[in-house]
Amino acid sequence: MNPPQLTPAAISQPTLHELALSGCWTARGIGTLGQHLDVLPVANNTEIIIDGMRIEALDTAGMCILHRLMQRLRGQGIALSLRGWRPEFTKLLELVSQYSDTPKIKISRRPALEQLGRSVAAILEEIFALLSFVGESAVAVTGILRQPTRLRWRPILHNIYSAGFSALPIIGLLSFLVGVVIAYQVASQLRRYGANIFVVDLVGLSVLREFAPLITAIIVAGRSGSAYAAQIGTMVVTEEIDAMRTIGIPPLDLLVIPKVFALLIALPLLTVYADVLGVFGGMITARAQLGVSYEDFLDRFVNNVDLSDYLIGFGKAPVFAAIITMVGCFQGFRTKGGGDSVGRQATHSVVQAIFLVIVTDALFSVIFSLMGL
Amino acid sequence: MLRDTAVIEVYNVSTRFGNHVVHAGLDLEIRRAEIFAIVGGIGSGKSTLLREMILLQRPDSGTIKVFGEDIQSLGEDAALALRQRLGVMFQHGGLFSSLNVLENIGLPLREHTDLGDALIDDIAAFKLALIGLAPETAMQYPAELSGGMLKRASLARALALDPELLFLDEPTSGLDPASASDVDKLVLKLRDLYDLTIVMITHDLDLLWQVTDRVAVLGEGKVQGVGSMEELSHVDNPAVRQFFEGPRGKVGQREHKQPWKTK
Repeated sequence: MNPPQLTPAAISQPTLHELALSGCWTARGIGTLGQHLDVLPVANNTEIIIDGMRIEALDTAGMCILHRLMQRLRGQGIALSLRGWRPEFTKLLELVSQYSDTPKIKISRRPALEQLGRSVAAILEEIFALLSFVGESAVAVTGILRQPTRLRWRPILHNIYSAGFSALPIIGLLSFLVGVVIAYQVASQLRRYGANIFVVDLVGLSVLREFAPLITAIIVAGRSGSAYAAQIGTMVVTEEIDAMRTIGIPPLDLLVIPKVFALLIALPLLTVYADVLGVFGGMITARAQLGVSYEDFLDRFVNNVDLSDYLIGFGKAPVFAAIITMVGCFQGFRTKGGGDSVGRQATHSVVQAIFLVIVTDALFSVIFSLMGL
Repeated sequence: MLRDTAVIEVYNVSTRFGNHVVHAGLDLEIRRAEIFAIVGGIGSGKSTLLREMILLQRPDSGTIKVFGEDIQSLGEDAALALRQRLGVMFQHGGLFSSLNVLENIGLPLREHTDLGDALIDDIAAFKLALIGLAPETAMQYPAELSGGMLKRASLARALALDPELLFLDEPTSGLDPASASDVDKLVLKLRDLYDLTIVMITHDLDLLWQVTDRVAVLGEGKVQGVGSMEELSHVDNPAVRQFFEGPRGKVGQREHKQPWKTK
């Protein structure tokens, strides 16, 4: 079927007392005539006949345009009369004029300053909401610690598997590559001074203290934080959360606490795993680029990298874990309305979790350097 | 155009999902400017049939003609042109949650015509008023609307391009009786105003008695009976009978004695 051929709408003024309409006054037939019609000059007269004899088709869009034109002409004090209009067209005209008397819908755009104020207020509101969510979760956690039988082991194990075990390949590969890249970058500098063996200190310290915990936290925030937000968000949309509350299961107990515990266990373990593979990557590059043998590397590693360096990196992991679960679940619970909101909250959760993880990491660096560690 | 010409013709349509047979050689004809309802029990293939008529799904065999065109052999352009002549109100609205009501209604116009933005907003506001929604609703988002308002907004969007054929999927489900009888009146009003052909799926006996011209009862993959509610109430087929027996069916028939139906 080919789209029916349209005769475009046209308007002309054959005599001073007449406006002749022709063609298809439909949404598709009008085209850009609508914009011209508002400023169409009509020879000023006291009386005009609108001739509809040659109108082929007329729909709501066409009628709205014509109605606007008629109102403008009447506003100029011109008396209008219709000639040759088909009955169904006049019916439509009556309908349009009937409803156009209803109050106009105001499409208001807020001034820029108000918009700025509103977005600042929204950010502040979100910060307070996040803090109160953290508070509620802390209360729930202490409640559970007092009554450990309420702890749900099955979801914890499930979460350890999905957030921890399934993340092993990607985290392993990426931290290995980070180790390789660090060693590669410092190789040329060290070779110039003949300080090849210092590659051990550089790789060891940077991977154990910074890179392994950070890379792990960022990957987990992207993988699991967004999944938490999406899961809880979907449950909000489908009223499952409300159902849970009605049945008498606190959603925090079932959905948040197991995730907190699971990630508190999984993220430190993943960090250790990332430590091992990162250092291993550095070790391989050190031998290939700087001729530092595995024995020499490990020997110096044991003597020059302190246990405290390892513990500093390891100790950040639970903090990052708490941030990721809190932000992910919080954003999930903030879902309102329909499907696109779930996607938006999942995005928010990843962006905020990574942001907070990096800010916290920076704070840790400052604190540790003040403590002289 | 002639009142009795067929707008939708369904010949010998069969649809299967795996081993589950939904339609087994189904025939149906819907005529111009009639209000036609498709009823049937759960799993009788009402929604599938509707989806096939609005080009969302293909039957496994058989022919469906809409405005005399075989919809299975349509090219992409022709299908698009056909879609612009149909309006569909989905059961749960199907409104885009990232757009407000006015933008939702104006979307088909913005997409398919060269009209200016101000004019599109005007037309959308008119449709909104026509469908009986308050002007304040225009700036609200679908998530802020009640079920009845959602359905109305969805209907307003279905009418945006002045379609010739309107599909309503469960127009009164989930509505309170007052809103449901508003829908009755609205459907009649729309048909009278635009000479629309209206096809609906519904279980609402009041709606069936008050509004429809003809009703098709689906069962076992075929049409078990077609006719006005009056005619169907005298049919002996058990699949049809179950609609009229039981307390609900009887109440529907009794209430039908007050005919304000305008046809």
